[in-house]
Amino acid sequence: MIELYLFLIFMLVAAIIATEIKDLLAAVISLGAVGFSVAIMFILVQAPDLAIVQIVVEVLTIVIFVAVILKTTHIDETIAEKFSGTQVLATVLYAVFAILFFIAMVRAMNDIPPFGQATMRVAGQYIRLGLPRAGGANLVADVILDFRALDTLGEATVLFTSVIGVVALMRKIGRRQK
Amino acid sequence: MTIFVFCIALFLIGLYAIVTKRNLIKIIIGFALIEYSVNLLFALIGFRRGALAPIITKVHSAHNFVDPIPQALVLTAIVIALGTTAVMLAIALRIYERYKTFDIAKIKKLKG
Repeated sequence: MIELYLFLIFMLVAAIIATEIKDLLAAVISLGAVGFSVAIMFILVQAPDLAIVQIVVEVLTIVIFVAVILKTTHIDETIAEKFSGTQVLATVLYAVFAILFFIAMVRAMNDIPPFGQATMRVAGQYIRLGLPRAGGANLVADVILDFRALDTLGEATVLFTSVIGVVALMRKIGRRQK
Repeated sequence: MTIFVFCIALFLIGLYAIVTKRNLIKIIIGFALIEYSVNLLFALIGFRRGALAPIITKVHSAHNFVDPIPQALVLTAIVIALGTTAVMLAIALRIYERYKTFDIAKIKKLKG
């Protein structure tokens, strides 16, 4: 499983570059590197459905980001300036919170099952009943579309609400002119 | 467990971008990083060593699968992440058209 660690280190480096670089287009490309690494890791942990969806969503995300940046500016002019007082305060508070959060999460990680040994207490039922009750060979699709179909209805509601929000924000007619 | 700690480190990088950066696009990139890290953590928790992808075939009739429930949850979360990112970027574009900057320190006027 060494390749998982290599991809995670690559993702951390790409994420730091995405947050710190001056050119916003390069930052978005670094974000795309993180997203496609996530897709490859989904394949490595035996989640092909997630990998497919992640690749499609990643391409769409990058396209939207690039469209916005091309319409506006691709220079992050806040990087070169020296730190203001509030920013130093924000960084210090963030560092304190990050250390506390990290310690708490590492302690919490001791309580969940170790990597590679999922408990499968709930999933056993779904795996046994998936083919006879729901009739689908893909158990992830069974869970999404049959056992937990109401969650998927909520997901579709959120997705269409966001589409309505984007359309309302980007409309040309009916906006007050300056 | 080390691999979970890496995911938390990715989460903290995204949180760093949200809290300390002043550029709106960088803040949205931070949100996207947090979404990736949480999705990845879920998929990693559901992993079992030597198990197969949760698709029933005739060849592998023995039910030795990875956990399908985190995968189903993450599948929902990925799509919702796309929706939230699109709305955030649309708002950022409108803010830029009005103020000609992405710097949140300069976006102070409350004008209707």
